[in-house]
Amino acid sequence: MARPGAEHRHDLETIDLYINVGPQHPATHGVFRMILTVNGELVEDCEPVLGYMHRGNEKLPENCDYRQAIGYHDRTDYLAQFNTEWTYCLAVEKLMGLEVPERAEYIRVILGELNRVASHLMWAGAFGTDVGFFGTPFMYAFREREVIQDFFEAVTGERMMYNYFRPGGVAWDVPDDFQEHARYVIDHVRRGIDDLDALMTDNEVFLARCRGLSPVTPEQAINWGLSGPMLRACGVKHDLRRAEPYSIYDRFDFEIPVGTEGDVYDRYLVRMEEMRQSLRIVEQALKQMPKNGPIMASGLKRVLRPPPGEVYARTESPRGEYGVYIVSRGGDKPWRHKVRGASFCNLSPLREMVVGNYVADAIIILGSIDIVLCEVDR
Amino acid sequence: MSPFLAEWWDLRDLGNLVGAILEWISERGAPDWVTYVLSGIVGIVAVLLWAILSQLAFIWIERRVLGRMQVRLGPNRVGPWGILQPLADALKVLAKEMVTPRNADRVLYWLAPILVVVPAILVLAVFPFSPGMVVADLNVGVLYIVAVTSTATIAVFMAGWSSSNKYSLLGAMRSVAMLISYEVVQVLALLAVPVFTGSMRLGDVVAWQDNYNAWLVFLQPLGLLAFIIASAVEVNRSPSDIAEAESEIVAGYHTEYGGIRWGMFQLAEYVAGFAVAATIVTLWLGGWTLWGLEEWVPGWLIFLAKLYGTFFLFIWMRGTLPRIRIDQLMGFAWKFLLPLMLLNVLLAGLEKVVWTETGASAGLVLPAFAVLNFALTAALIVGWGAIAGGLSPRMRAKRPLLVREVGGIYYQPLP
Repeated sequence: MARPGAEHRHDLETIDLYINVGPQHPATHGVFRMILTVNGELVEDCEPVLGYMHRGNEKLPENCDYRQAIGYHDRTDYLAQFNTEWTYCLAVEKLMGLEVPERAEYIRVILGELNRVASHLMWAGAFGTDVGFFGTPFMYAFREREVIQDFFEAVTGERMMYNYFRPGGVAWDVPDDFQEHARYVIDHVRRGIDDLDALMTDNEVFLARCRGLSPVTPEQAINWGLSGPMLRACGVKHDLRRAEPYSIYDRFDFEIPVGTEGDVYDRYLVRMEEMRQSLRIVEQALKQMPKNGPIMASGLKRVLRPPPGEVYARTESPRGEYGVYIVSRGGDKPWRHKVRGASFCNLSPLREMVVGNYVADAIIILGSIDIVLCEVDR
Repeated sequence: MSPFLAEWWDLRDLGNLVGAILEWISERGAPDWVTYVLSGIVGIVAVLLWAILSQLAFIWIERRVLGRMQVRLGPNRVGPWGILQPLADALKVLAKEMVTPRNADRVLYWLAPILVVVPAILVLAVFPFSPGMVVADLNVGVLYIVAVTSTATIAVFMAGWSSSNKYSLLGAMRSVAMLISYEVVQVLALLAVPVFTGSMRLGDVVAWQDNYNAWLVFLQPLGLLAFIIASAVEVNRSPSDIAEAESEIVAGYHTEYGGIRWGMFQLAEYVAGFAVAATIVTLWLGGWTLWGLEEWVPGWLIFLAKLYGTFFLFIWMRGTLPRIRIDQLMGFAWKFLLPLMLLNVLLAGLEKVVWTETGASAGLVLPAFAVLNFALTAALIVGWGAIAGGLSPRMRAKRPLLVREVGGIYYQPLP
């Protein structure tokens, strides 16, 4: 994987130059830190340092009621809050054997898929800045993300920590203009994605920077435990929404974008296409969604007390497989609560991907992983 | 139009006004050296004032234009349309504390921001804003531009080295590497102009273009393209702002600088930007001439309009292009631009020889050269790009594969 010249050593006695990237650095997307050992411009070693954002997000829910723990999942992956809430609710529902009403499932799909678009938009903007755009894709992406945020605010009353999904359904019904508002969002965002596409995909400098950078083979990807767009970019046809359709994903017609070479450019292409497919799913869900009906499973107690047992639920979050593992001993609190963070697992092979590349490329590779530090450190 | 012919109120040449004042002084019995020194001081002050004021204006323009490109507003609070924002920023920068890192090499650290501004301002001395409106009418103007601008490299390296910061050091290393590479390209691109026009004096080059009614952009498009690219590198602007790459090495060589010292680096960057824009306008875009319009509009206004228009190009590039990696940038200079520029010089020389030997009339030979050079430029860029292939990315689909069922692997790496 190393580029030619990476092994080059002088006969002169030299000392290694360490470059500290982070925790406060324009390119680290939060408080991630990596210590690069460089030889000139080439990275010879990379040591990631995690944990600046550790808040005990796995332990805290063990002291909470089952519904209180939803808020902690919002704060785990703060760019895909609906997806994380959804996973947790799926786990509790599986544990209790709850049946979620039809209408609630559609609301969840619509919000979850739009959240995927918002998350990918955020990624595309930040990645553009990593590659060296002077903020143009960032602003393009944020314009569209703002429209989605407004929609979420109209539905949930919050712009960031929605706390809207509940085990058994959703907290309250959607506003009356839900359908029209969602259609407006789809139209707006679709045009915005085309704008981003026109700005970045064919840009000659962008191509020169991203193509062929840090290619990952499917074998490596599977061994390293990559998931989500990182895995699909390597050519592995895997998507939890198709492989084990949770919720009502078996009812929608959508396609899974798969890369061919596993390089940074493929990761970009896969994410851009995923946004379009997500919008397709939202459109179908809006059409199929029942006009009215219950949004919450009936007969739920004020305090949930699932039967003893253990359960693992996983969903396809924007960053990959987000899993929640709960062990219940029958009380009103989970006895053990564990989260599998997608971007934590995607981040783990950072050293293998970065070593042998240029310092400038190390930033791009880190950006292409799409990490959310709250989820990595939890 | 020749200088000092009109009345003092003839604003087509601001030199008239200065000349009138100096004449008035010498009539009062001042010795010659007084008027000589005074005329120099007036020129220097005028150019400095222009550089700083138009930098303030241009920061505002750049921020507004970038805001427009990025679907946001840009500065809009201080003064009407935010026009006083750069002034407010300048005052803020002046009032800020200047911190020196403990391990810094104090002398170099203090000296670097001063030295970086000097060449940027010095180079403005040779540009003819309008006929006769030039601070120092050197007969080696083109050489002077190259010589003076290249010294900025030393100041940049001093800043990076003395800061005792690794980001600064990396930025300085990058800066020196690319400035030296692109200096060669820049010199060769400039060289073709004196070869063809027969003079290094900038005023003469403009007069040549005026005389033959042919801007050199039509005769040497390849040189202009290469010069624009090399200048973007030289003045550290996107897509080649790798010396201060924000997302990689924080702010490059001026990471540790704050307050007015940082402001000096900004000033130098902008003034150097004006200088390259002025070079482009003077040598390739006909300077103060605009097909007869200079008879009615002051030449210096035409010159400034062209200069700002050229500078706009750099803003545009900044708004739409990402950053190139250092090895790609260096490879581009040595493998692509340098051979083309050598050919360009050769071509200019050959054309000059053909022109003088055959004694053909300019009206016949210049359009022929223009057509020939445009064709050759296109052919060389495409052809050499294909030959030097390593630089051009491999062709590949710009869309991912879409599948409907999961399971299995689709992996087809190209050889």
